Amino acid sequence: MSTSIELPVLTPKDFASDQEVRWCPRCGDYSILAQVKKILPTLNIPKEEFVFISGIGCSSRFPYYMNTYGMHSIHGRAPAIATGLKVARPDLQVWVITGDGDSLSIGGNHFMHMIRRNVNLKVILFNNQIYGLTKGQYSPTSPQGKRTKSTPYGSVDAPLTPLSVAIGARASFAARSVDVDINHLCYVLERAANHKGTALVEVYQDCNVFNSGAFDFASKKDQKVENCIYLEHGKPLIFGKDRDKGIRLNHLSQPEVVELGKGGVSEDDLLFHDEKLENPTLAFLLSQMRYPESPEPMGVFRAIDRPTYDDEVNEQVKEVTEKYGPGNLEDLFSTGDTWTVE
Amino acid sequence: MSAVDTQSNGNGNFRTTEQVDAVVIRFCGDSGDGMQLVGTQFTNVSAVFGNDVSTLPDFPAEIRAPAGTLNGVSGFQLCFSSTDIFTPGDEVDTLVAMNPAALKTNLADLKRGGTLIVNKDAFDKSGLSKAGYATNPLDEDNDSLAGYRVHKIDMTRLTRDSVADLGLSLKEADRCKNFFALGLVYWLYDRDATATQDWIKSKFAKRPELVQANLAALKAGADLGYSTQAFTVHYKVPPAKLPPGKYRKMTGNEAVAMGLVAAAHVSGKELFYAGYPITPASDILHELSKLKNFGVRTAQVEDEIAAITATVGASFGGAFAVTASSGPGIALKSEGIGLAVITELPLVIVNVQRGGPSTGLPTKTEQADLMMSFFGRNGECPMPIIAAATPGDAFDVAREAMRLAVEFMTPVFLLSDGYIANGAEPWRIPDLKDIKPIDFKHIKEANGKDGQYMPYLRNDRLVRPWALPGTPGLEHRVGGLEKSDGTGNVSYDPDNHQHMIETRAKKIAGIANHIPDQPLEGPDSGDLLVISWGGTYGSVRTAVQRAQKDGHKVTLAHIRYLNPFPKNLEEVIKRFDKVLVPELNTGQLRFLLRAMFLCDAKGLNKMKGKPFLVSEVYDAIIENLKK
Repeated sequence: MSTSIELPVLTPKDFASDQEVRWCPRCGDYSILAQVKKILPTLNIPKEEFVFISGIGCSSRFPYYMNTYGMHSIHGRAPAIATGLKVARPDLQVWVITGDGDSLSIGGNHFMHMIRRNVNLKVILFNNQIYGLTKGQYSPTSPQGKRTKSTPYGSVDAPLTPLSVAIGARASFAARSVDVDINHLCYVLERAANHKGTALVEVYQDCNVFNSGAFDFASKKDQKVENCIYLEHGKPLIFGKDRDKGIRLNHLSQPEVVELGKGGVSEDDLLFHDEKLENPTLAFLLSQMRYPESPEPMGVFRAIDRPTYDDEVNEQVKEVTEKYGPGNLEDLFSTGDTWTVE
Repeated sequence: MSAVDTQSNGNGNFRTTEQVDAVVIRFCGDSGDGMQLVGTQFTNVSAVFGNDVSTLPDFPAEIRAPAGTLNGVSGFQLCFSSTDIFTPGDEVDTLVAMNPAALKTNLADLKRGGTLIVNKDAFDKSGLSKAGYATNPLDEDNDSLAGYRVHKIDMTRLTRDSVADLGLSLKEADRCKNFFALGLVYWLYDRDATATQDWIKSKFAKRPELVQANLAALKAGADLGYSTQAFTVHYKVPPAKLPPGKYRKMTGNEAVAMGLVAAAHVSGKELFYAGYPITPASDILHELSKLKNFGVRTAQVEDEIAAITATVGASFGGAFAVTASSGPGIALKSEGIGLAVITELPLVIVNVQRGGPSTGLPTKTEQADLMMSFFGRNGECPMPIIAAATPGDAFDVAREAMRLAVEFMTPVFLLSDGYIANGAEPWRIPDLKDIKPIDFKHIKEANGKDGQYMPYLRNDRLVRPWALPGTPGLEHRVGGLEKSDGTGNVSYDPDNHQHMIETRAKKIAGIANHIPDQPLEGPDSGDLLVISWGGTYGSVRTAVQRAQKDGHKVTLAHIRYLNPFPKNLEEVIKRFDKVLVPELNTGQLRFLLRAMFLCDAKGLNKMKGKPFLVSEVYDAIIENLKK
């Protein structure tokens, strides 16, 4: 019979550090911090096993506000630091906090490789489509034509879609939510926390100082039901205040909006979401549906099982050790030809 | 000293065996000719025989430059000796040239009267033209080879003959000619080929016909030496009198890998290594990747920046963490190294220096990253720097680098160079008892008031504690922003910033109290102090010894600890009239010595991608004594 050890019951407060939170008033970051603190106690994992690693940017101050282990590192490198930590310490729960500039511009390389390796990390990407900490330049997710301090005549850069990048890099888990959509954000974060492998959660986050209202389409109560499709595994893609609209694939396998009941369209004609498909085509297609050209999906795009890098590295260490026996320095020194001088 | 005896080879020809102290051989040919391989084989066989050996592989950066061209020439020089030697030799005694391009680029290093063995078959019209020869230097009426003992051998034809019955393609047959040449040189220097035969058998185990062919070529080469009258002398180089013990051959990169694994293993830690392939450091990654049964976790990551930052992450998690690279990669790592300095996390960064700037000379050696190691980061960012002197020394230096990192909670630079990394020497296998564990501990209990953990509460050496994630009650955040001493909270306080800069500097400077004094080779005072560091040790030491033998009051201080310098260095310098600093750069150590100790150090500076010749250093010593 096993004896169970009572874990102390943790509350969101236990995860708050003694540092004053210094984001701008009404910044979307506050909500994300609050939701993370809300879900961590539900995971039944001791507080000391969490590590939050961030890069640079407004969002990357996050670790200072968590009473866990953490590192506020350098610009773009959090995925690489977290990878090193997770390989050396697979017992830890390592979370990466990053932004659109941090992960997709200066840190694009690490972001992509973390995802393809499927390191068992939880990643929250605060996407506010702007550089906030440097006071308002356009970012790799800013829409073309965006006027900012560095693009007074409008940005000519074509933006990236973070989830498309992630799915292209073979993400095992990719999801999207919105900072103030509290219940949905909590649901998605919880799903990420329980996923094994790189779990990417893109959060649309309002920078009310430099890019206010960028995500109103997805956060305002009256707008979001018309503009967003809330994905559910195994369910058809239906949206709209009256849930009378859906997404169907046309003869070129492109998504199109149809009205239920019109022209004989029924639920069975709609695209059904399957987050567990091995083939990433559907998830990629969903990630390419962007407002305002199309209603935009929210929720879990993809959640598949795939071996994790940290497991594989450590498993190989175990296998080689079993095969050759634990390392012996004397044997190591004597590999190859040796000779003795009397 | 040479002893001579004469014997018959059974063909009625008499030849002599001459005993010599040391021989320098260089194998050179096209980069596809397998010169590195035969050079390595000759080195192994000589080392196992008991000679002291020192090697200098010299290969192009291109894997296969156009065949037969001057750019494609690959060489391997080695010195084997019956006495202690520290360099691969200034002048070549025997040059093996497999094609015209190899002859053209290497002949100048062959000493007058030296032995030249050439593959006559390669000196056809096309080969000569690719090498830029207007006339054939092998022609009887061509006097460009006058003054050398020349052996023109049709190696291609003889190799093909020796493997004729084995059904190989012509291309495969021609690939065996490096072993033909090796067999001949083995005969010439009275080497036992058994180890090479064993190597061939295991290397080509899956292709029995190639085993047969390479063995046949090796034998045909030796038979040629034995049966022809051309080689009237062959040479014996008796074993060297090295200190007793068990030996193996060691390259610098192997030594770094083994030193790091040994440091971690005896300390009860596992090694984490992240790296990105780069010449000439990749072999460290290769070596460590084999050693998973020591718990070594290696990660070949996406770039140099990931390599350093993954290492920072692993160190935060409590691993003994290491990354290695060369100049261009180290430049990319600078910001990550700064993060390790401000978070005060232990790790080792190995820089196997090569010719720069930028991509520079990837396969050639240089010592031009010393300033970068001292100053190549933003802000006041001091860190310890130590340098290996020889391939074998890299083993001890690697362990020492890890000791300093862990005992002082700091990133440490370990400087090697292309010459040390790829060069080989006999290495006396140490007694495990002599490999001391590194003293470290992970804090388990809060160290502040009211159960608060203070990540920057320092000990008397100014070293902060190393708390492992997962330890209850010690949750804390580190990072790149300036921190308040003690609490580790973000601080923009002006006084705290000055205090932290001074404290980090003081911590590193204080390491001088925990390293040995600067050792001297020669008298404690005199006319000239030669100060060197890194891979120039062999040439400089040999030159200093020669000057000492000639009666000059010259002493060598070869510096292992570059930051901080040994405590007594300044006082040592002041005891000599003059200071000479030979370096493979424009004078970086000299610049530092002048700045720090106000001494009028002179330089000997070479930037040719090649190590110093002993004669170059010797001449500079004599010249500086005269001034």
